[in-house]
Amino acid sequence: MQLNFPIFPEQASSMAGQVDALYLFLVLITTFFSLLIAILILYFAIKYRRTPERQAEQIHGSTLLEIVWSVIPLGISMVIFVWGAVIYYHMERSPSNPLEVYGVGKQWMWKFQHPGGQREINTLHVPMGRDVKVTMISQDVIHSFFVPAFRVKQDVLPNRYVFTWFKATQPGTYHLFCSQYCGTKHSGMVGQVVVMTPEDYANWLASGKAEGSLASLGEKAFQQYGCTTCHRPDSGARGPNLEGLYGRPVRLTDNRVVLADDNYIRESILEPNAKVVSGFQSIMPTFRGVVSEDEIIAISEYIKHLAPQEANPLNNRTSPTQIRDSEVPNIQDQNKQQNQQQPAQQTPQGKRPVNPSGKKP
Amino acid sequence: MSTATAIVKPVMPERHFLNDNYGIRSWLLTKDHKRIAILYLFSITVFFLVGGVFASLIRLHLLTPNGELFEADTYNKLFTMHGVNMVFFFLIPSVPAVLGNFLVPIMVGTKDLAFPKINLLSWYLYIAGGTFSMAAMVSGGVDSGWTFYAPLSSGYLKTHVIMLAVGVIIAGFSSIFTGLNFIVTVHRMRAPGMTWGKLPLFVWSNYAASLIMILGTPVIAITLILLALERGFHIGIFDPKLGGDPVLFQHMFWFYSHPAVYIMILPGMGVISEIVPCFSRKRIFGYSFVAFSSIAIAVFGFVVWAHHMFVAGISVYSALVFSLLSYAVAIPSAVKVFNWTATMYKGSIEMSTPMLYAMAFIGLFTIGGLTGLFLAALGLDIHIHDTYFVIAHFHYVMVGGMVTAYLGGLHFWWPKITGRMYPEAPAKLAALITFIGFNLTFFPQFILGYMGMPRRYWAYPPEFQVLNVLSSAGASVLAVGFLLPLLYFAWSLKYGEIAGDNPWQATGLEWETSSPPPTHNFHHIPIVTKDPYAYGEDAEVTVVH
Amino acid sequence: MSTSQTTTTEHHPALAHQFDSMEQQQDASTFGMWVFLLTEIMMFGGLFTAYLIYRLKYYPAFVAGSTSISVSWGFANTLVLIASSFTMAMTVWAAQNGKRKMQVWLLLATMVLGAAFLGVKAKEYYDKWDECHIPGHVIGKGFNAWGGCSATDKSLGNIAEEIRDPKKHGNPNVPEGAAEQIAKQTEIFFSFYFAMTGLHAFHMVIGLGLLAWLTWRAKSGEFGPAYYTPIELGGLYWHFVDIVWIFLFPLLYLISRHQHGV
Repeated sequence: MQLNFPIFPEQASSMAGQVDALYLFLVLITTFFSLLIAILILYFAIKYRRTPERQAEQIHGSTLLEIVWSVIPLGISMVIFVWGAVIYYHMERSPSNPLEVYGVGKQWMWKFQHPGGQREINTLHVPMGRDVKVTMISQDVIHSFFVPAFRVKQDVLPNRYVFTWFKATQPGTYHLFCSQYCGTKHSGMVGQVVVMTPEDYANWLASGKAEGSLASLGEKAFQQYGCTTCHRPDSGARGPNLEGLYGRPVRLTDNRVVLADDNYIRESILEPNAKVVSGFQSIMPTFRGVVSEDEIIAISEYIKHLAPQEANPLNNRTSPTQIRDSEVPNIQDQNKQQNQQQPAQQTPQGKRPVNPSGKKP
Repeated sequence: MSTATAIVKPVMPERHFLNDNYGIRSWLLTKDHKRIAILYLFSITVFFLVGGVFASLIRLHLLTPNGELFEADTYNKLFTMHGVNMVFFFLIPSVPAVLGNFLVPIMVGTKDLAFPKINLLSWYLYIAGGTFSMAAMVSGGVDSGWTFYAPLSSGYLKTHVIMLAVGVIIAGFSSIFTGLNFIVTVHRMRAPGMTWGKLPLFVWSNYAASLIMILGTPVIAITLILLALERGFHIGIFDPKLGGDPVLFQHMFWFYSHPAVYIMILPGMGVISEIVPCFSRKRIFGYSFVAFSSIAIAVFGFVVWAHHMFVAGISVYSALVFSLLSYAVAIPSAVKVFNWTATMYKGSIEMSTPMLYAMAFIGLFTIGGLTGLFLAALGLDIHIHDTYFVIAHFHYVMVGGMVTAYLGGLHFWWPKITGRMYPEAPAKLAALITFIGFNLTFFPQFILGYMGMPRRYWAYPPEFQVLNVLSSAGASVLAVGFLLPLLYFAWSLKYGEIAGDNPWQATGLEWETSSPPPTHNFHHIPIVTKDPYAYGEDAEVTVVH
Repeated sequence: MSTSQTTTTEHHPALAHQFDSMEQQQDASTFGMWVFLLTEIMMFGGLFTAYLIYRLKYYPAFVAGSTSISVSWGFANTLVLIASSFTMAMTVWAAQNGKRKMQVWLLLATMVLGAAFLGVKAKEYYDKWDECHIPGHVIGKGFNAWGGCSATDKSLGNIAEEIRDPKKHGNPNVPEGAAEQIAKQTEIFFSFYFAMTGLHAFHMVIGLGLLAWLTWRAKSGEFGPAYYTPIELGGLYWHFVDIVWIFLFPLLYLISRHQHGV
C-alpha cells in the first residue's frame, strides 16, 4: 500500500490553477459556515441546557434576520456562480489555432489520431505550452474523457462530435480516466496523457511509424470508397466540390444555411440526404456500416486540407447564425455554369453501400 | 412552571390500534393508516438492510485497488442494486410512508387519510415493485447503474434491465398515491380551527414533498417505459444507432430524479422542525419562513435538473441558466438551517436521543448542502462531476441528512407508535457511533473525488488506496451504528418503559391522544385553538380522554 | 382544549368512516380525482414532449408517417369519443336526478362507444401490421416502409413511394434516395404513434372496466341525488381520456399532414 498519499492532484494545465482557486474559496466558505453552525448549536446546547430553573424565551422570529440570512447567502452564491461561469465559459470555447487531435472512445479503450497520422491507443502524447483541442466521438455508448491533472472532463457521445481543449504546462504523465459508466470494463478504460517539451514532442512525432499523415490516410479512404467519382472540382460533377468547403457556410436545397464543420461532414457521409446542397440531387448513397469512425475522422482531415492556404475560419465561429448572407458562396450558379459546359454521364464506382441493417466494423 | 401532571405511573391504554384486531388478515387488509405505516416500517427496513449489505460489499471490495474481491460485472451489479434499493425502496418512502402515514392524519386532527383503501394499495404497489426488484437481483442482478443511462441500458447490457425498470415504475405509482392522499387530506380534512398557519411544519414538509411526488414521478414512469420499449422492441427513442438522442434520456430522467432528492429530504426537514422546538421547549423561530421554504424548495427543485448534465453536451447557455437556478434552490434550505439554530437560542435544551440526531442533521446537512454549491459551480463541476466528490455530497445529504432525520423521528415518535420508550443509553451510544462512522466513511471521499477518482470504478490507481481504506473502516463502524437500533427497538417492545400519552411534553395533536393511539385516533375530534409549538405559553399540554 | 363535535345520529350508508359528512366526502373525492388526473397529464406530457422534439428533428419523416395513417378512421374515432363523453355527462345528470334506468342505459351506451373506439383502433393497428409499419423487429413482420413488405405488391406500405406519388398527395420532385431515407426514419414516428395511442388505449380499457363496475352499482340503485360521487369521478376520468385523444388526434393525424384526404 502506498503510504505517501497526496490529497490534491497536480496542476498541469493553464486552467488548473483557476479551478483550484475557486475550489479553495468554496472550501473556505464551507468550513466557515459549517463551523459556524456546528459551534452555535453546540454552544447553545451547553449554554442553554435544561436545568430546573431554566425558562425558554419564546421568540416568534425576526423578519430582519430572515432577510439578512437570505440575502447574504444569495450574494455569496452569486459570486460563486459568476466565478464558476467565467471559468466554464473559458473552458468551453474552442481555442484559436490549436493543435488538433481526434479521439474515438469505445468499450473499453481510447483511440487517438494525430494529424501527422500517428495513432495511439489509451495514450495521448501532447506538447506542453500549446493549446490542444481533442475532438471526440463514441462508437457505442456514452463515455467521458477525464484528465484530473488538467481539470478537464467531457462526455463523449455516440453520433455526435464533442470537443475539449487544454494547454499543458508541465511535462509528465497524467491519468486519463473514462468517467461515464459504460459497462463491464468502465474502470479499465484508463490511460495516460504524456506531456512533453516541444523538442521531445517533435522527436516523438518523427520517430513514430506513421503510414502517412492523417490527411493522406483520409485521401486514400476517399479514393477507396469511390468518393472521387462524384466529388470532383470539374464541371459535370454529380457532387459538390469539396475544396475550400471546411468551415464555410453552405446553402441547402431548402434554403437553410449551415456551417460545414466536423458534424456536417460526418452526417453527409452517414445520412447524405439529411442536408443536400442547393443545386444538387440527393443521389449520394449512405456509407453507414461501411466506413468506421476512425476513417471518417481521417476523411474529414483530408477535406480540411483541401482548403487553399488560408486560416481555418471555423475557429472563430460558434454557430451558423453568425454567418452573413453575403458570405454564402453561390454554389448553385457555379455548378450550373459548369454543367452547361460539359454534361457527363458517369456511373459511380467503388464500394456499394451495404444494407442499412448491416453491422458496423 | 408546570402544574402537576399525572403523578401516577403511565399505563398502556386497554384498547389501541395495535390490539384492536388480531390476525394476519386484519393487518394485510387493514385500512388504518397507522397499521399501514407499520407495514411500511417493516418493508423499508428490509430494503434498507438489503441496500446496506450491498454497500458493505462495495466498501469491502474497495479495500484493495486491483479489484480482487469481486468480478467487474458483479461489482457493477452491486452498486446498481445498492442505489436502486436505497433510492427507490428506502429513501423515497421512508419518512412519508412510515412517519407521514402515521402522523399526518393525527396532526391535522382527523380519523384517517382521505383515501384509506388507496393507502393500502400504495403499500401493495410498493411490495409489487420491490418484488420485481428482488426478482431482478435473484435472476443475476442488473448492472445499469441506478441512473439507467441510454444507450448503455437500452442497447448494450445483457442483464434484466426491464425487470428492474418495471419494479421502479410500479414503486413510483406507490409514491404517487401516497402523495395524492396527503394532498387531499391536508386540503380537505383538517380539524375545525386547524388553519394552514397552525399546521405543524412536519405536515407542511410532507405536503411540499407530496407536490413533487405527484408532479415528478409520472415523468420517470414514462421515461422508463420508453426505455423498456426501446430495449424490448429495438425501436429508436434514445439510441442514436436507431435515430434517437441519448441526451434526451438524461433530460427526462433527471426531470424527475432531481426533484426526487427533495422528496427525500423535505420530510426529514419536517422531522427536525418538530424535534428541535420540543427539546428546546421553545416555539420554532420563523414559522412562516420555514413553511414557505418547503414550498420554495419544491418549486425551485423542478427547474434545476440539468445541473446533472453540465458536461453531457448541453449548450453553454443552458448550463448558465441551470447553474444560476441551482444557487437559488440552495437559499431556502439555508434559511431553514438558520431558523433551527435560532430556535435553540435561549431555549431550554435537553439532549435526548432525538435531539442528538436533530443536531447531527443540522451539522451534516449543512456540510452536504454546501458541497452542493461546489457542484453547481460550472467551472468546478467539470472537474468533480462523476467523481467521488459527488458520492460524498449526496451521502452527506441523504445519509447524514435524511437517514439521520428518519432515525431521529423514529426515536421521537416511537413512544407514540408503540406505547413504550426505547432505552436511552444504548440509543445515545448508537447515535454517537453512527455519527463517527458516517463521517469517517464519507469525508475521505470528498478528497478522493477532488483527486480525480471516478465513480463506479471496480479498480482504481494505488495512490487512492489509503483514503479508500479509511472510508471502508468508517463503513464498518457505521454499520454497527445502524444495526444497534434494530436490536434495542425490538427489545423495547417487550421491556421498554411504558411511555404514557406525552413523555416528551411536546405540543401537537398527536401527543393529545393515547400512546398507542386508538384506531380512530381521537375519542373526540379536537377543535384547535392554539398556535403550533406553543411551548411556554400554556406550559401544560392538556390530555383529554 | 377540545370539545366533541355533534354527530348526526344517522348517516348515509355510503359515508366512509374517515369523513365527517357526505359533503366532505364528495369534496375530497373529486379533489383527489383532479389530482390524479394531474399526474396523468404529467405522464402523457412527458411522452408528448419527446414526440414534439423528434417531430422537429425528423420533420419530413413525420409528415410522411402522418400522411400514411387514416385520417378518416381517426376522425371517426374522435366523433365516437366525443359522443361517449356526452353520454357520460348525461349519466352524471341522470344520477343527480335520480333516474336509475337512464343511468344504466347511458353507461352502457358509453361503454359501447368506448368499445367501438377500441375496435377502430384495432383495425388501424391491423392495417399497420399488414403494411409492415410496426417498429422494431420483434412484433409483426419487421419494420419496412420502402417497398419490401409484400413479395407480390411493392406498393403495400411503401411510404417511399407515397412520398413521391402525386396521386397520394406526394411530391414527385423528391429524389428517390431522399424518399427512401425519409421512409426509414418514419420508424420513429410509428414508435411514438404506437406508444401514445397504446398508452391511451390502455387507459380506455381501464376506463371500460370502471364503467362496467359503475353500471353494476347503478343497476342496484346505489346512486341518486344524495350520493353520486363515483359516477362523477368516473365521468372525470372518462372526460380526461377523451381530452387526451383530442390532443393525440391533431398531433398524430393532422398537423404534419400536408394535404387533406386519406
